[in-house]
Amino acid sequence: MAAHVQHILDEGLAALAATNDPVELENSKARYIGKEGAITALLRQLATLPPEEKKTFGATVNQAKQAFEAALAARREELAAEKLARQLAAEALDVTLPGRGRAAGGLHPVTLVQQRIEALFRSIGFEVADGPEIETDFHNFEALNIPKDHPARAMQDTFYVEGGEVLRTHTSPIQVRYMLNNQPPIKIVAPGRVYRVDSDATHSPMFHQMEGLWVDEGVSFADLKSVIVDFLRNFFEDDTLQVRFRPSFFPFTEPSAEIDVMGKRGWLEVGGCGMVHPNVLRNVNIDPEKYTGFAFGIGLDRFAMLYYGVNDLRLFFENDLSFLGQFKQA
Amino acid sequence: MKFSEQWLRSWVNPALSADELSHLLTMAGLEVEEQEAAAPAFDNVFVAEVLSTSKHPDADRLNICSVNVGEAEPLQIVCGAPNVAPGLKVPCARIGASLPGDFQIKRAKVRGVESFGMLCSGDELGIPDGVDGLLVLPADAPVGAPLRDYLQLDDQLLTLKLTPNRTDCLSIKGIAREVAALTGATQTPVVIAPVAPRCDDVRSVTLGAPAACPRYAGRVVKNVNQAAATPDWMKQRLARSGIRAISAIVDITNYVLLELGQPMHAFDLAKLEGDITARLAQPGEKLTLLNDKELTLDADMLVIADDKKPVALAGIMGGADTGVTEATRDIFLESAFFAPAVIAGKARRLGFSSDSSHRFERGVDFGNCREALERATQLVLELCGGEAGPIVESIAELPARNPVALRVSRVARVLGVTLPAADIIAILQRLGLGTELAGDVITVTPPSYRFDIEIEEDLIEEIARVYGYDNVPVAASNAKLAMLPQPGDARGKTALKNILVARDYQEAINYAFVEEKWEADFAGNVSPVKLINPIASQMSVMRSTLIGGLVAALKHNLNRKHDRVRLFELARVFKSRDAADQPELIAGLAWGTREAEQWGEGKERVDFYDVKADVEALLAPRVAEFSRASHPALHPGRSAEVVLEGRAIGVIGELHPQWVQAYELVSAPVLFELAVAGLVAVAKVEAKPVSKFQGVRRDLALIVDDVVEVGSLLTTLKSAAAGFVTEIALFDVYRGKGVVEGKKSLAFKVLMQDTHKTLTDEEVDAAVAKLVRQAEAAGATLRV
Repeated sequence: MAAHVQHILDEGLAALAATNDPVELENSKARYIGKEGAITALLRQLATLPPEEKKTFGATVNQAKQAFEAALAARREELAAEKLARQLAAEALDVTLPGRGRAAGGLHPVTLVQQRIEALFRSIGFEVADGPEIETDFHNFEALNIPKDHPARAMQDTFYVEGGEVLRTHTSPIQVRYMLNNQPPIKIVAPGRVYRVDSDATHSPMFHQMEGLWVDEGVSFADLKSVIVDFLRNFFEDDTLQVRFRPSFFPFTEPSAEIDVMGKRGWLEVGGCGMVHPNVLRNVNIDPEKYTGFAFGIGLDRFAMLYYGVNDLRLFFENDLSFLGQFKQA
Repeated sequence: MKFSEQWLRSWVNPALSADELSHLLTMAGLEVEEQEAAAPAFDNVFVAEVLSTSKHPDADRLNICSVNVGEAEPLQIVCGAPNVAPGLKVPCARIGASLPGDFQIKRAKVRGVESFGMLCSGDELGIPDGVDGLLVLPADAPVGAPLRDYLQLDDQLLTLKLTPNRTDCLSIKGIAREVAALTGATQTPVVIAPVAPRCDDVRSVTLGAPAACPRYAGRVVKNVNQAAATPDWMKQRLARSGIRAISAIVDITNYVLLELGQPMHAFDLAKLEGDITARLAQPGEKLTLLNDKELTLDADMLVIADDKKPVALAGIMGGADTGVTEATRDIFLESAFFAPAVIAGKARRLGFSSDSSHRFERGVDFGNCREALERATQLVLELCGGEAGPIVESIAELPARNPVALRVSRVARVLGVTLPAADIIAILQRLGLGTELAGDVITVTPPSYRFDIEIEEDLIEEIARVYGYDNVPVAASNAKLAMLPQPGDARGKTALKNILVARDYQEAINYAFVEEKWEADFAGNVSPVKLINPIASQMSVMRSTLIGGLVAALKHNLNRKHDRVRLFELARVFKSRDAADQPELIAGLAWGTREAEQWGEGKERVDFYDVKADVEALLAPRVAEFSRASHPALHPGRSAEVVLEGRAIGVIGELHPQWVQAYELVSAPVLFELAVAGLVAVAKVEAKPVSKFQGVRRDLALIVDDVVEVGSLLTTLKSAAAGFVTEIALFDVYRGKGVVEGKKSLAFKVLMQDTHKTLTDEEVDAAVAKLVRQAEAAGATLRV
């Protein structure tokens, strides 16, 4: 009897294993443990058996039924897993296809450098100031201690507009306007476009400067050196960058200095600076006995050239997308 | 100021190499812009004399020379130079010599004849003299002397880039003074002894404009040999300063200018009619200068005149008619001081500059006039002979050298380093400044050659310079800590730029000066701000719109085969010259496909509505109205004015077809231009409670005439919206089957939500019915 049960179970298990089709699987279930199933039929025979056989045969058939049910459940899971695997395989994408939609544009390299410098100076409390580009002679020259016919005017070839104003030759008139409207403490940087009658590979008739100004009680040349060295080392991310201050002359600062940094091929002039001339302070109604201050000016285009390794200034004003497209990191 | 290092060393000779000297000057504010050797390296070249020459048997152009190099036996040297001749003194490179260009002289046979060296041209030695052939040396050149020593070729030429305040260093004397102050080295100036008069001839001197010319010294020198040769040492020093030798008299005035810094002038005495007056010109007076410029003089120009006419433009240039010529026998030498204010700007006005005007407009040592005149006389007598008359000199009120009070404490305050009074005084004294100490104050008297010391700061700069900028500490200040304001209701220009960058625009920077035509075409501006001195005619006016630059940049990129161009610029424009009339604008241009060419997107061209979305993004969270308006740059049917809170802040639209054609563009770009001032303000967000109750959406399709603008219908709907309507938005526009020709169907979604309760069907239905009635009243019909 037990052999017969085993035979039916083996047949049933084989049927489960043989099918890959969930419907066929459920049919096999009906054939063995359904109402009319072979194993169900064996259970029905129990009633006809004598009590001593009933016990052992009953146990055998129940074991067979449990074994079949376990195999069925396992097979169901297997088939479901296979089905899912097939579905996933069918849904697979080419992950190497490019992403769809809109990429970002970019900022102009001069803007990027300007933002970088603004951020450095903001981090030590300098505000950003601004001003007009067609300037009066007073703001561009007179207030900055550059009287008419002063030889220093020849240092900056000036564009004149009909009516007598000038295109500002430097960002310094922004300091004048700011100081006329504010009393110390004053800490500003003033970026902007400036203009000089000059055009070749290293000069553009329009270019960018950033002016810096700090006026307060007790601001000294030592502070000037400290701020400039700190700025340059942070800008170029070089803690050992050599910076030197070379005596020079600007009508609006005294003492004045050119700022040089050590480049790969020797000293490189990167800007001018100095202690604000007392005449300039007086011109904007600030008492030079009470307050001292320093100012500096740098060329943003030159800083952008150094920072990004651009060797032709004209590229900045051609607006060629092949050039500008390189500066995507904002 | 370019000069020979050796000339300077003849005045002051510190124990420094040429490089160290250059560094010293540069770090003292006298920037050495250039330093070059007077001659390239070579050796074993000697002064030699050609004793005899004979033709080479096998070569017509070669000579066999017997050359005396200062040894017992002459050398046989084959020479091909056309100018070789017996008796000439020439440079000879002996065997073992190395010449510039890595050229070694060896014993050689030239066409079978042995040659023991080479006779050299200037070119071969790297000291070109413009002669085709051997460098011919003076007849008295010492045979056998090393050529480098004889010609003083071991010299450096230094070029100083002097700032306008350091006019006192525009001479060897001035630089020597500075070097002595910086190093403590002793000066050995030339000895200038007064020349005793040997004739009585004089021209009297009148100061007709004493403020402009407060000192004038002159002297007659008779019977000079104008044809005398300028000696080589003088020619060489002039040449090393970049000045060509002309004639002995002119060379002497130039030499004194370089040596002492005093511009000099020599007149032909025979051409001067009567006495000398330094006076302002009479308007309309004429004068032809040595550079052949014919001037009609202005009343503010200072002239030197004789009794009849102006003979020189004072301090700038002499007149052509009274200059020294080959026929000159007697001269009148001028050494004067002209005030900077009267010279400044004049040469510029006339369009030329001279060494003299360059110095006078910055300030020439008025204490030096007489000494310079004596020096020039001395040289004239030495080189050209003649008899000098007495010096005639007129002096009025010379520039004051007022004492300047310097506070020792102020030095520390400005420099941030405390220097003892004794150190400060030592520095000032080395600079030749008189000092007197009383308490904290040093009273300093500047010398006549310093025009740049008038106030305390001028002295502090001098102290810092000599003390050394390098020696001022890099000191962290004990600055007060104060945070910068961060206004919550404004955003910076960076934020605006970043919005456009995120929407795939690339920032451009265009020139602010443009073609006049652009202003008319793109802004309808027929009276732009004009430049008086533009760098080029197509950069002659200041722009009042950024559109021209963007269109030009589009064209540039199309020429470079870019097929999609999206650019923006943020810059100031110029509505007038007034400072308040120079607003900042932000403008953008889009051309080409909507998206960069890619696999998953169509190839639709960017249009008005794409760019409108960019503009809306720039404005968000504020919402502008777009109303049809005409703009000279834009397509009249495809452009709009952008109105924010009742104020027009800019425009958007397609470039007008006429400019598309005129500027040879393939098709029209879409442009926008907005005032930055209108964009930076943003209301600070005040959060509203979020409703907990279910929202309801109803859709409405309304049929209207094709010409009806969506904006007007939306306004109509919104005016009828119940308080719980949170949004009405267009989501579809349909023309075609099911909609009558000439009409369009507009589909709106209506979102409704109450913050206090769930809306009932009745409430919703009533709200929608009200919207429909309002729409119908405006001519729309409900699509069913």
